[in-house]
Amino acid sequence: MDINEKIKKIISENEVCLFMKGTAEAPQCGFSMAVTNVLKHLKVNFKDVNVLEDENLRQGIKDFSDWPTIPQLYVKKEFLGGCDIIKEMFEKGELGEFLKKKNIL
Amino acid sequence: MPLPLEEIKKLIKESIPDATIEIKDLMGDSNHYSAIIKSEKFNNISKIEQHKLVYKSLKGKMGNELHALSITTEGK
Repeated sequence: MDINEKIKKIISENEVCLFMKGTAEAPQCGFSMAVTNVLKHLKVNFKDVNVLEDENLRQGIKDFSDWPTIPQLYVKKEFLGGCDIIKEMFEKGELGEFLKKKNIL
Repeated sequence: MPLPLEEIKKLIKESIPDATIEIKDLMGDSNHYSAIIKSEKFNNISKIEQHKLVYKSLKGKMGNELHALSITTEGK
């Protein structure tokens, strides 16, 4: 399957989807860990997609989102941002609000 | 390969001339930075678009030579 098709499939099948380095249980990078912690704190169920297991995916998700860094959070197929944006939204209380609005929380 | 702080500032300034940039080398290793960037270009666009403007100014270095730059952007 083409990498873009694969990514589209992943984000269609998972309402909240975090492309990250490592897994939710064992993040391999501080930025991925920070976003994981925010999602766990908000008690959000999310799909962790480990880009370190697939070099095509690691580059593919950067191209797909036009975003050069990992982690990347998708909610209902919408790209929400990387670590800085997610942390900022969380600190301002906007992330919880957004997830409620999307009927995730 | 580390990227010097002044080089980052220069690249951002080239693309976003009115930017005010506060940048810190967090570990003193020219590899982990944190920056607060303010520009009129950020007015009325989403956070994602703001960050993309900064990433674009770094011309592909983000995620390559530049390992870690956390960004806070604001309009002015």
